[in-house]
Amino acid sequence: MRFDGYSLDGFFDELFEPDGTPRAGGELLVELLSRLPEGELLRRQAAAEQALLQLGITFTVTGDDEGTERIFPFDVIPRILSAADFATIERGLRQRIFALNEFVNDIYHDQKIVADGVIPEFVIRSAASYLPEIVGLEAPRDIWCHISGTDLVRDSDGTFYVLEDNLRTPSGVSYVLENRHVLKRTFPQVFTATNVRPVDDYPNRLLETLQHLAPDGVHSPTVVVLTPGRYNSAYFEHSFLARQMGVELVEGRDLVVIDGWVCMRTTKGLERVHVIYRRLNAEFLDPLVFRPDSVLGVPGLMDAYRAGRVALANAPGTGVADDKVIYAYVPEIVKYYTGQVATLPNVETFVCWEDDQRSYVLSHLEELVVKVANESGGYGMLVGPHSTQAEREEFARRIDADPRNYIAQPTVALSRAPVIVDGKLEGRHVDLRPFVLYGEDITVLPGGLTRVALKKGSLVVNSSQGGGSKDTWVLAN
Amino acid sequence: MLSRVADSVYWMTRYIERAENVARFVDVNLHLMLDLPRDTEQQWEPLVRTTGDRELFEATYESYTASNVIRFLTFDSTYVNSIYGCAASARDNARSVREVISSEMWTQLNRFYLMVRTAAFGNQDFDYAPHEVFSQVKVAGHLFEGVMDATMSHGEAWHFGRMGRLLERADKTTRILDMKYFILLPDVSYVGTPYDNIQWAALLQSASALEMYRKKYGRISPRSVVEFLLLDMEFPRAVRHCLKVAEDSLRAITGTPSGSYANRAEQRLGRSCANLDFTSTEEILAIGVHEFLDRLQSEINEVGDAIFEAFFATEPTPTEAPRKPTEEDEDEDTGMQIQTQGA
Repeated sequence: MRFDGYSLDGFFDELFEPDGTPRAGGELLVELLSRLPEGELLRRQAAAEQALLQLGITFTVTGDDEGTERIFPFDVIPRILSAADFATIERGLRQRIFALNEFVNDIYHDQKIVADGVIPEFVIRSAASYLPEIVGLEAPRDIWCHISGTDLVRDSDGTFYVLEDNLRTPSGVSYVLENRHVLKRTFPQVFTATNVRPVDDYPNRLLETLQHLAPDGVHSPTVVVLTPGRYNSAYFEHSFLARQMGVELVEGRDLVVIDGWVCMRTTKGLERVHVIYRRLNAEFLDPLVFRPDSVLGVPGLMDAYRAGRVALANAPGTGVADDKVIYAYVPEIVKYYTGQVATLPNVETFVCWEDDQRSYVLSHLEELVVKVANESGGYGMLVGPHSTQAEREEFARRIDADPRNYIAQPTVALSRAPVIVDGKLEGRHVDLRPFVLYGEDITVLPGGLTRVALKKGSLVVNSSQGGGSKDTWVLAN
Repeated sequence: MLSRVADSVYWMTRYIERAENVARFVDVNLHLMLDLPRDTEQQWEPLVRTTGDRELFEATYESYTASNVIRFLTFDSTYVNSIYGCAASARDNARSVREVISSEMWTQLNRFYLMVRTAAFGNQDFDYAPHEVFSQVKVAGHLFEGVMDATMSHGEAWHFGRMGRLLERADKTTRILDMKYFILLPDVSYVGTPYDNIQWAALLQSASALEMYRKKYGRISPRSVVEFLLLDMEFPRAVRHCLKVAEDSLRAITGTPSGSYANRAEQRLGRSCANLDFTSTEEILAIGVHEFLDRLQSEINEVGDAIFEAFFATEPTPTEAPRKPTEEDEDEDTGMQIQTQGA
């Protein structure tokens, strides 16, 4: 497989310098790819896909009553990150997650940041993911955002920007681990020679992070993973993480609150649970406090949480920081709580509730990406340059009707990486989701989920919108 | 372990065993019908009777033709105890306990399900080669059992799985034996003729028991067949053997020593085992084989209820919960209903 005919088209390429030579650290990979006999790379791609299928690394296609499972599309050519780039990401994410944790703690308590005029109160109150039920609650060890997966993009000059914060129940880390598992078999020599930092201790660190939250006096806490159930699209990951940590995977109906303690129903009777890694949205956790129609949650869970008898990760309430209007304020939030300028900049964002910004947005829809403030997964987006007149008119109507709910950003010329397409290599846009754990310390997994927009020219990398993934190799110094 | 997980493992193996046994039933009937004298009427209704689901059948199908009955029992996706229904339920249960079972088990079960689904909904002409599908289903059941034994730790979850499989197998062996009661010979004068013997042989065959039976008894006689399928201690599909192994698993789960009981499941299962230990074939024949089988099926159902109550019930069940045999159950024309998950 040759790189003949592979063109950068003016984008920042993750593997090649603008002059077509491999980037530092990518030489071995490019050399191997160039000298593989015809068909060999495709054979390895097929073998890797087969391995993923056999390992059962699948997601459930929603809306298919046969319960079909598919593998998340996967490209075998790894994306390589230099030690220097990763150091920036690491510094930036530690700073950002620290600040966001302070922010969430603050807004559910004294709201000093509002009193100091950094962010208007109504912006917080009007966030769909703001939970008034949480006001005044203490999170164990004052940690709210235990697990986060922040979406980063890189523009044409190679600078990393934060595109989205995910502090609720970010998924994808199982793919990071399994992709690596498969790639070690696909390119063993290159992998060994390239000095890639390992990702395998993530489940261990996750378990430590969770155990750190145990109520005082509990020396060997019982940790569980709470899943919405086997029809959830991320069920594989829930099951995977439980298996890797060696803890029980529970559903809401397995848990019951007795005398103020959360217990799981076992064949030997009830057993107390101290820490719950919940992969269930906060609104579904406890029908007595949040959505009364939730059958996925546990009645009384929030009482036990309030009494400090069980810890929840992430703490309910963190979703407020995922709101895309609040995102626009994160550089200010970082400055407010750390006194520093944010290491990782935001993508420039226009908030439509401000009149002058809205009028700018409405007159520049063709150039901008418009997003709904409380949606994720790539739903409810308008990608201006790829939109039709009718779509733009529709979005203009929606923005006018509910300006608080919309933001707009300039279209970022996302960096690209080579992907196998029909037996040839072509550039496709990518992003990066590193995973951050906040326990005794804040740590960033040296790796991350590189998501690829497999459709030619597409900028949307979400798996629900036809995205795939790549292994991410972070180089050691 | 979690009650829900134990429940799923137990029903996963029960449903796989059930699918395998439905294949055995239908297969034996196909054989029997082929062996009957040419001008005698085909009998397919008894097959549905042994399942106890006659009402369900009659709600969808007009008459007990071979193709209706085969379709109902094998590929009717609305019937929970059809082969397809069992494969789908088994897979559904397995999916929810992926972190407990081995990947090899999941892969094997998946393959089984896909095979049944292809046979049920694929374009291939099923009527043309039914035996082939049934033997594939049987092989898949055996494979799953082997894979489970070889790749899963023999801990609590494994014991729940084995207990489910063996209770199901015990129940199904009683029903296979019962088929001889339901299927009529063309005429009383056929009793004891080659036709009668052929039927008994086919019945043994459907329980994969013919060769082992021959080793032990040689000639086929109704008395010995009853003894072998009910009371044999070594044959793995004999009811007494199945219940004994199920009891071993139950005691491995609870840690209760034999000779005593700590819950109703242990009490009921222990009593049934003791009953078989101390019952002679002559006594069974005196009671009447069909009557004895009916009582045994009802006992096995009670054990199932008691297991549910002791290990899986998420809410305490009222004491009335165990299902009492109704008058209808005792009606000798109606088979004892088959238990299903979440009963």
